[in-house]
Amino acid sequence: MYIANTCPKPDFRKTLPSREGDRLLQFREALREAMTEEMRRDDRVFLMGEEVAYYNGAYKVSQGMLDEFGPKRIIDAPISENGFAGLAVGAAMYGLRPIIEFMSWSFSLVAADQILNNAPKMLYMSGGQWNMPIVFRGNDGAGGQLGSTHSWCVEGLYANVPGLKMAIPSNPYDAKGLLKSAIIDDDPVFFLESERMLADKAHVPAEEYYIPFGQARLAREGADCTLVSFGRPVNFCLDAAEELAKEGIDVDVLDMRTIRPLDKDSIIRSLKKTGRVVVVDQCWPFASVASEVITQVVEHAFDYLDHQPIRVNSDDVPTPYAKSLEAEYLPHKGKIIRAVKASLHRL
Amino acid sequence: MPGTNGAASTGKPAGGKRPSDSVPSATLIKWLRDMIMIREFENQCAQAYQQAKIGGFCHLYIGQEALAVGTINSLNPDDPIVTAYRDHGHALARGMSARACMAEMFGKTAGCAKGKGGSMHMFDKPNWNFGGHGIVGAQTPLGAGLAFAARYEWEVMKKGVDGGPGKKKVALSYLGDGALNQGALHEAMNLAGLWDIPVIFVVENNRYSMGTAIERGTTMAHDLPAKGRAYGIEALTIDGLDILNIYDHFKPLVDRCRETQRPAFVDLLTYRYQGHSMSDPQKYRAKDEVEMFKKRDSIALLEQHLLTERKAISEADVDKIVAECKAIAADSVQFAESTPAPSPEELYSDVYANPMANLSPTREYVEGEKNPLL
Repeated sequence: MYIANTCPKPDFRKTLPSREGDRLLQFREALREAMTEEMRRDDRVFLMGEEVAYYNGAYKVSQGMLDEFGPKRIIDAPISENGFAGLAVGAAMYGLRPIIEFMSWSFSLVAADQILNNAPKMLYMSGGQWNMPIVFRGNDGAGGQLGSTHSWCVEGLYANVPGLKMAIPSNPYDAKGLLKSAIIDDDPVFFLESERMLADKAHVPAEEYYIPFGQARLAREGADCTLVSFGRPVNFCLDAAEELAKEGIDVDVLDMRTIRPLDKDSIIRSLKKTGRVVVVDQCWPFASVASEVITQVVEHAFDYLDHQPIRVNSDDVPTPYAKSLEAEYLPHKGKIIRAVKASLHRL
Repeated sequence: MPGTNGAASTGKPAGGKRPSDSVPSATLIKWLRDMIMIREFENQCAQAYQQAKIGGFCHLYIGQEALAVGTINSLNPDDPIVTAYRDHGHALARGMSARACMAEMFGKTAGCAKGKGGSMHMFDKPNWNFGGHGIVGAQTPLGAGLAFAARYEWEVMKKGVDGGPGKKKVALSYLGDGALNQGALHEAMNLAGLWDIPVIFVVENNRYSMGTAIERGTTMAHDLPAKGRAYGIEALTIDGLDILNIYDHFKPLVDRCRETQRPAFVDLLTYRYQGHSMSDPQKYRAKDEVEMFKKRDSIALLEQHLLTERKAISEADVDKIVAECKAIAADSVQFAESTPAPSPEELYSDVYANPMANLSPTREYVEGEKNPLL
């Protein structure tokens, strides 16, 4: 009989290090730093996925990790997502703490049975015998003209399932702190990155820090409207806010950072100030994360709404290939500006 | 063996001593008892299911008892196993109490999974039984993962995940013949062959995936080991009705896999007497076929061996074992009926190992109550 598969937790109330500084790291380097730090600390953690080792990562996230940790811990998997995702479930039951890289979350669809049916339900259906400390991570959302099958935003589909947690960072600083928290978490964490952001640079502190799940970041302050987003579209929101400011419209931009848990308290706090909420979400509108956010707003803070909530999603069509069509399809700056103005009756 | 596919490893090696010859009679009597226990337990399940005391799906192990008992007794007690949904036999053979197993099916808190799993999810961590799994074939990558982790433990961590010394283990991943046609198995076998994962894929070939005879759904049904060989895995067919024969061929295989830390694939020929599940009218097979297999009943075979060849027990001893097992099975039903059902709060436990605020909107946003997870 062996001990439960758990990990000591840091003090999440500790103040996070400053976001200001000149240690500029790419998003991919921040992810790598998070995994490297945790793998040095805990030899139960290993990284498995397609091209993570000898190729140095299809998107260079794991570059150099094979050299440090060797092929027994940085493991090149063949193209068998269902097989190696299921292997991770078995390994986690036994007592290891796998990090599974999907080259793209689009490819996780062939592993749906393992990641949705087994990982998030094992603790429950075994009556509490096995928790599942697995991080599934990879690129989510439209890349650069990859067409319909490779451009999935899985958060709408997958966030529906109880038992899992979901983190969607929008910048390098959060990428490191959230991934470290994901690796030490004792539940399955779906960690959604974006190929379009991997080269984004920002200050990333060298020290170890853990960003608690379920705490949104106020990325910009304003009193006229609340913009709620997560992942890459947070950056679209910040661009839109910049433009809106020129017209005298100041918005709160809330970066949710995690979808499960969902920090509805921060949304409501901001809504009480602005009376207006626009949710920007890269997945399709029907039964999306935006739908859930708006539902929770209506359930908990209906009386504070001065205008009906508005959602800005990708358009409800398969992702197109043509550059111009793909650009229009996304929840881009123009759509966000229109939505904010609509909520203020200033269209 | 009647109606087998291809050449099964069966019978005594010419002139040689069989591995089972060195198994003490007391151990064989224990195996006989385990097999009878499974059968009597399953008889009670059938009855309770017909009385609607057990819900959902219920797949009985009657006819296949030698397989679980023979393979599990070829292992060390801390070798992990994982199986599919026809899982009561494995659970009992691995040491789960009849009470915990029956209470699970009755949906009671005293069940092995607190009544949250049901017939298809017999989980037993203390006995290294990583569960019954409901989706056909989905347990096979888990079996590879268990063996991968067991190997990682001694090879990479140089210690056990429990802090003890790591050691060479073998994992068993059971599957029905229907799972032969699932992609998950083929991905798992490729990974196992590729990475030297010490997992044995044990096909419980009872000739039918639900109502589909194996040759109607599976290519190479006459030579299933070909599927293992395709992945560079040692593969063999074993007559799985005679427990001594299972031990003779399976035990050396387990020892080899443990030593070499390589995978294997075994086509174990068996037969279920009951339908696929309790709701199966069995119109797809002849009654004669069932009767033919019953003539080579696995319990009767071992009983005969102990009575006539070993002269280790008497008819009266067998009757006593049967009576005891019947009593334990009946007691498990009484226990399951009388033990409490889960309290409503149990609905909200075991969802997360690290619960957090706002993780689950259950009830909280519907009724304005505090999230019971917190």
